[in-house]
Amino acid sequence: MTEAERLALASLLYQLADDDFLYAYRGSEWLGLAPHIEEDVASSSIAQDSMGHAAMYYQLLEEIGEGKADALAHVRLAHERKNSVLVERVNGPGYYMENPEYDWAYAVVRNYCYTLAKKVRIDSLKKSSYAPLAALAVKINMELYYHLLHWQTWFTQLYQSTETARQKMDAALERVLADFGDLFDYGEATQLIDEMQLMEDQGVLLDRWYQALTPVLVDLNVTLPEMNMTYNGRNGEHSPDLNDALSTLGEVYLLDQSAVW
Amino acid sequence: MTILLEQEIRDALDTVKDPEIDAVSILDLGMFEAMEWTETAVGYDVRITLLPTFLGCPALEIIQKNTESALLQVPRVNTVKVVFLFDPPWTSDRITEQGIAGLKSFGIAPPRVVDGKWEIDCPYCGSTFVSIENLFGPTACRSILYCKSCKNPFEAMKPVSTLM
Ligand SMILES: [Zn+2]
Repeated sequence: MTEAERLALASLLYQLADDDFLYAYRGSEWLGLAPHIEEDVASSSIAQDSMGHAAMYYQLLEEIGEGKADALAHVRLAHERKNSVLVERVNGPGYYMENPEYDWAYAVVRNYCYTLAKKVRIDSLKKSSYAPLAALAVKINMELYYHLLHWQTWFTQLYQSTETARQKMDAALERVLADFGDLFDYGEATQLIDEMQLMEDQGVLLDRWYQALTPVLVDLNVTLPEMNMTYNGRNGEHSPDLNDALSTLGEVYLLDQSAVW
Repeated sequence: MTILLEQEIRDALDTVKDPEIDAVSILDLGMFEAMEWTETAVGYDVRITLLPTFLGCPALEIIQKNTESALLQVPRVNTVKVVFLFDPPWTSDRITEQGIAGLKSFGIAPPRVVDGKWEIDCPYCGSTFVSIENLFGPTACRSILYCKSCKNPFEAMKPVSTLM
């Protein structure tokens, strides 16, 4: 592997790792606030699995010489992060310790859209030319099955409940799609990721995502809003929400850097 | 000598229980993948490879520590290193017959996949007339169910399979 190729591989791994890391963090903020106790258990279990997935990607980064996995997760600054903007967005106004006014419809739509995209990406990674990544994808896929089932159930049930719920879901879908444009993007590493056959073309993946989502939306009589990109997270461009998340996450880690998390 | 050591290591591994289900050992669960050792003047340096059931499972660290201390009890074992690998992936068909019996005795339905679908029998009465109350249970690998035949709540271990 040339140095340029190693960097392209690292870029892809950072995208995958940072996505699951922030996704897990936003999920964990719902602890104690989810609509009911069963959901509290489910959400935190999914967040825990996802944090486990992030940890494995950081581990693969450590193995290609990027530094210690724990440090990669916790001390990199916002402009070094390659996660999609979608997963860094706050759950709603307020902090979870103080007057949280979190939006459950947004959580459900974001989690469903993200998990469906993760499924498409993981299926592609199973065929990656980088063998350790392909093997990890096989393992993650087995856990993902349950996450997708869970969020798809919430998504369809909320859309089929009251008129108010439907309006909230529509508004959430609008916001999620406004940030969705960088999710399948590979940013500056696109060309090498393609040449090295690390993962399939973003257009191919996006088509698969639409194909998987369309029958669900048709059943619910929902029209998908236009997809946009506010920032390209894959190139280190982020909303201010990411800084806040990182300082909270970093606080715990910097208290005791030798602790196992 | 080496056959004896291998057996002693296996016996020690069999004493390491799942921290959350003490009726089954890590051998019963099929988490054990490989053992290697090198002999030095002071004894054996042993390396054990385990497969995690779920990647984010917080019990892994406890299992790692318990495995190390169990193996250090084996005569002539000097150092122990326990590593987790995800390749090959752990799948629920690695659980042994003894593991299945242990799970049932603990009130947990063992994972079963038939034709790519999850089949759940009540661990108390064997009925398949059950409902999933929560796909996610007290630990990553378990779900919460209710038996409509004998009216007992119970837990089931989620199947982890490449077929699903
Ligand atoms: Zn029963």
